[in-house]
Amino acid sequence: MAAIEIASVRKVYPGNVEAIKGIDLSIADGELVVLVGPSGCGKSTLLRMLAGLETISAGEVRIGDRVVNRLEPAERDIAMVFQNYALYPHMSVRGNLEYGLRNRRTPRDEIDRRVKEAARILEIEPYLERKPRQLSGGQRQRVAMGRAIVRKPRAFLFDEPLSNLDAKLRGQMRVEIKRLQRTLGTTSVYVTHDQLEAMTLADRLVVMNGGVIEQVGRPIAIFERPETVFVASFIGSPPMNFVPVSELGADAPGLPAGTDLVGIRPESLSLERPEGPALEFETIVELIEPVGGETHLHLRHTASGRTLIAQMRGRVVEAEGSPLRLWCSPRALHPFDTRTGRRTD
Amino acid sequence: MQTKRTIFSNRALPIALIAPQLVITLIFFIWPALQAIRSSFEREDPFGLRTSFVWFQNYTRLFADPTYLSAFGRTLLFATAVTVLAMAFALVLAAAVSRVMRSANAYTTLLVWPYAVAPVVAGILWWFMFNPSIGILPYVLGQFGITWNHRTSGTDAMVLVVIAATWKQISYNFLFFLAGLQSIPNALSEAAAIDGAGPFKRFFTIVLPLLSPTTFFLLIINVNYAMFDTFGIIDGTTSGGPNQATNILVYKVYADGFLGLNIGSSAAQSVILMLIVIALVFVQFRFVERRVQY
Ligand SMILES: Nc1ncnc2c1ncn2[C@@H]1O[C@H](COP(=O)(O)OP(=O)(O)O)[C@@H](O)[C@H]1O
Ligand SMILES: [Mg+2]
Repeated sequence: MAAIEIASVRKVYPGNVEAIKGIDLSIADGELVVLVGPSGCGKSTLLRMLAGLETISAGEVRIGDRVVNRLEPAERDIAMVFQNYALYPHMSVRGNLEYGLRNRRTPRDEIDRRVKEAARILEIEPYLERKPRQLSGGQRQRVAMGRAIVRKPRAFLFDEPLSNLDAKLRGQMRVEIKRLQRTLGTTSVYVTHDQLEAMTLADRLVVMNGGVIEQVGRPIAIFERPETVFVASFIGSPPMNFVPVSELGADAPGLPAGTDLVGIRPESLSLERPEGPALEFETIVELIEPVGGETHLHLRHTASGRTLIAQMRGRVVEAEGSPLRLWCSPRALHPFDTRTGRRTD
Repeated sequence: MQTKRTIFSNRALPIALIAPQLVITLIFFIWPALQAIRSSFEREDPFGLRTSFVWFQNYTRLFADPTYLSAFGRTLLFATAVTVLAMAFALVLAAAVSRVMRSANAYTTLLVWPYAVAPVVAGILWWFMFNPSIGILPYVLGQFGITWNHRTSGTDAMVLVVIAATWKQISYNFLFFLAGLQSIPNALSEAAAIDGAGPFKRFFTIVLPLLSPTTFFLLIINVNYAMFDTFGIIDGTTSGGPNQATNILVYKVYADGFLGLNIGSSAAQSVILMLIVIALVFVQFRFVERRVQY
């Protein structure tokens, strides 16, 4: 187990594609850090540089007390779980688990002990003699996890390991990965483009966009105080509403200097007027989405013609097409400056 | 596997569509094959005036004939050498190319060219390069103190035909190996690298086993090629000589039948070759059906 230190790391692919444009990040020993961002933002590239599968164009990566820039993947003592699991199809589950240990000349009895242990933890004992193609998606996922944990590496790297599973299984495996990581206490870097997965798993969340880090912090802190327009729009579901200040009308409260855009979380819009000052939105109901315990309303803002999304507790009995007045407390606004893309308060 | 079925409304069209292929097969393959089988049970008198039915005499004579048996051994040696060399070189090339880039078109095109060369032309090409009097290679070898003369040395002649036959087949094998290699997900090699396997270990424990269906397919194809498709190469380089040193089974059929005019024996030899092909194809289908499992 080890801390990971990423300093001014850049990646330029052949053809001058700059995938990572300078990243600094410290990952503490035992921490579970999730890299999240839209497809193509460079998450996999960063992870693969940690693993040693891509060269590091500039900067330095340390795992524990060693600079690993020039080390082969094998020498870095890390384990990686791939999106398609990358199980060796011609080997049994046992063979898959043993492969890394055998390559490192682990004694036979030690191999058996570790494989048994990992199989017990992941509940794959009944399948040890099967080939990967005889397993379900969820079971393959467990084997891939098993292959990572038998080695007792200094760090786990996950590249979208759950994206091939159906929604229900994904939820279960997410919980299991988190539990496993807590039990083992192994430093982990987890890459996903799914913000729900990111929010629920992370000790610390790293939001990336276009090869740079937009914001780092605890998931809740990022949700409550997104530092950039991009983070505000990426984190949260349904996504945040954005309204230019010019369209807020005369009752716009005193916003910080430079603010020209405000973000409003769908759950900050309410049907009752809050105490104190409040922003008022005249809207037309366009679509009602009941999602069990809550309801999402898709509304058209009459003043600006924009679509707004509001999230309400329980069920809402408005009719589609009817007018609706919503309120929002000024304290719930996220003020941004579109010229810098950053928060202004 | 799912097969697509087209339903024709009348019978004439499908029959008309397959007729040309059927006719060609019948005239150029089935008919001569049947004739060969018949001829293999017959003997013709030296003047070609009378033929008599002799049962299995042509066959029993063949297997008592030391030149035939040594041709058998020679063919085995030749086929093994060509198969092993052509596949090994092709695999090395394919591994190198697929390592350099994922879609290596320029290399691939260049490496595939030899396959488009007709066997006789390939034979003559190598005959020319190895020509003891005017060829470049004997000259180069001479600089190293090696005398090359495939006209007098049986070993040199065998080496020459093996090289020529191998050279021509490498392209074909290369294409299949390259396709096979590219269908193995990169992530497997990467996972193995993280699992502590070096490049050679990865190749032998991950890549090669996953390539086994391709390898097996090519094995059969290459043995087939070396035994039966190399007639043109032998004819273009050594014509079976010197002193029978490169006279492999398929060439002997021709030499005995058309040069020696022993039709009965030649027919019996070709029937034996047919049986060998059938056996090889049978083995291939049996295995392909079950796939080489991993
Ligand atoms: N091998 C490569 N060669 C060139 N460009 C690449 C290569 N791999 C990724 N890229 C580019 O780098 C950027 C980041 O890719 P990636 O790290 O895979 O993104 P993510 O995992 O966040 O979806 C993308 O624009 C992608 O096109
Ligand atoms: Mg990715």
